[in-house]
Amino acid sequence: MQILKNRHLAGWLQAAPLTLILLGFLVLPIATIVIVSFWQATEFSIIPAFSFENYEFLFGSAVTGRVFLATFRYAFITWVFTLAIGFTVAYYLAFHIRSQSVQIALFLLCTIPFWTSNIIRMISWIPFLGRNGIANQTLISWGVVDQPVEWLLYSDFSVILAFVHLYTLFMVVPIFNTMMRIDRSLIEAAYDNGASGWQTLVHVILPLCKPGIMIGTIFVVTLVMGDFITVRFMSGSQRANVGRLISNDISLLQYPSAAATAVVLLCTVLITIAILLRFVDIRKEL
Amino acid sequence: MEKRSTGFWVLTVFFALFMLFLYGPTITIGILSFQGEGGGLTFPMRGVSLYWFHDLFQEQAVGDIWGAFRRSFALGLMVMVTTVVVSVMGGLAFRKRFAGSGMLFYLIIASLVIPSILISLGVGLIFNQFGLKIHWATSGFGAQLTWTLPFGLLIMFAVFNRFDKSYEEAARDQGATAWQTIAHVVLPIIAPSLIGVGLFGFTLSYDEFARTLLTAGSYNTLPLEIYGMTTNVTTPVIYALGTLTTIFSFGIIGVFILTVWIMGKRRARLGSDAGKGV
Repeated sequence: MQILKNRHLAGWLQAAPLTLILLGFLVLPIATIVIVSFWQATEFSIIPAFSFENYEFLFGSAVTGRVFLATFRYAFITWVFTLAIGFTVAYYLAFHIRSQSVQIALFLLCTIPFWTSNIIRMISWIPFLGRNGIANQTLISWGVVDQPVEWLLYSDFSVILAFVHLYTLFMVVPIFNTMMRIDRSLIEAAYDNGASGWQTLVHVILPLCKPGIMIGTIFVVTLVMGDFITVRFMSGSQRANVGRLISNDISLLQYPSAAATAVVLLCTVLITIAILLRFVDIRKEL
Repeated sequence: MEKRSTGFWVLTVFFALFMLFLYGPTITIGILSFQGEGGGLTFPMRGVSLYWFHDLFQEQAVGDIWGAFRRSFALGLMVMVTTVVVSVMGGLAFRKRFAGSGMLFYLIIASLVIPSILISLGVGLIFNQFGLKIHWATSGFGAQLTWTLPFGLLIMFAVFNRFDKSYEEAARDQGATAWQTIAHVVLPIIAPSLIGVGLFGFTLSYDEFARTLLTAGSYNTLPLEIYGMTTNVTTPVIYALGTLTTIFSFGIIGVFILTVWIMGKRRARLGSDAGKGV
């Protein structure tokens, strides 16, 4: 038992299952992807080799640049909307709801969809956005348009709508969390010094919410950049992002090529996160 | 109480619209799943019936919905138990600030931000290279843990950062061993959060798609089955299935929230006898 008194050893023993799982199912798979990205593939098999062929093809193709640009565009637009909506909702819950039980109830209402299926939440947009969907029927009955609007479903619009629908709560939760920790006397002090509600919001609350906004941003940006299923489903396979490039290669059994794209995607995501982490110390925010 | 400002009412309307945006589509397919026999994927309703629910229980042309449900349920339970146990152990470990804990922390964050499809692809490749059989209960199970464990651990970090150490010290002062302190003091205090971790573990596993796509092997989990249906089923039966599993998810969430709530009540009632002495 004496040996367990050493906190480093005891710590590693307790963290052993976690470490093993992360090594086996995170570090090792990523390492494998990096190795396989240098391999070559024929139509029937993959051949261990060391070649830059996959990367040369990737960087030589005009499609790659376009697709990466589209991926960033999805991430940026989704970020703008989820931040605006998420901040407003969190602000309402944290500063306008006075009863704690109502606050908890409304907060749960915001988070419950996170625990349900994304695929079904995407499918649920079909009767709303489709050619004969509720949106088009309403627009026609109001006389806004004569013909059904075609770009509601299977377009960039529906892709971004689904992203915002799926991921806004990743903004609401961390921003709400930081807002609840703001010392209320700071806000009173701002009012006492003659700040208007808007000035208090911009100069006091917003800067204090920065950590929450950063954490939410990390979630939304990584989820959108790594996505392939939302883009595929909501665009009816008519739009592409990097994730779809990878999943297409996989379905053609072109694993080395998929791995090379995956490595580039991984680097892009990690660089983005590294930049965002400069603005926030996650360990301090828990 | 001061009078509500205009801002409050504007924000209330905004929040109500957000709720409509969040739940509207789900409610819509809920209604459409009661579509009459001749009805299609959109309004109008051609009568109201349970036809499509009934259809779910018939032999399907493709796939095996109920088998997929059973597998997803079993996998969800496996992931839930593992997530709770490993997260608690990890949470306890991180309190010790052991050498290398900083690196492990960044590995956990990496697990959260690395795109799911990379995990799926990587785990699939490893199993292939080592000649192991890809199966939902092995490769799928491990791949899902890389998504549920970070959430479990982040919750445990938040819990232990707020944990009042004087309870443990009191237990030790009264002669409790390390195990007794954990079992009779620490675990009961953090129990409601553990239920939260369990909720994340089960639901995130039950709904996971990307991480199981290449790691489930020849037997599909429910989200994979549903996704498969979207490409070849064009009847409201898919809405009926969506409605059923959403109701199932709501039920599970309800059970977890109710448990936490009852625990809180019990604790408030039985937790302290202060003021009841004389």
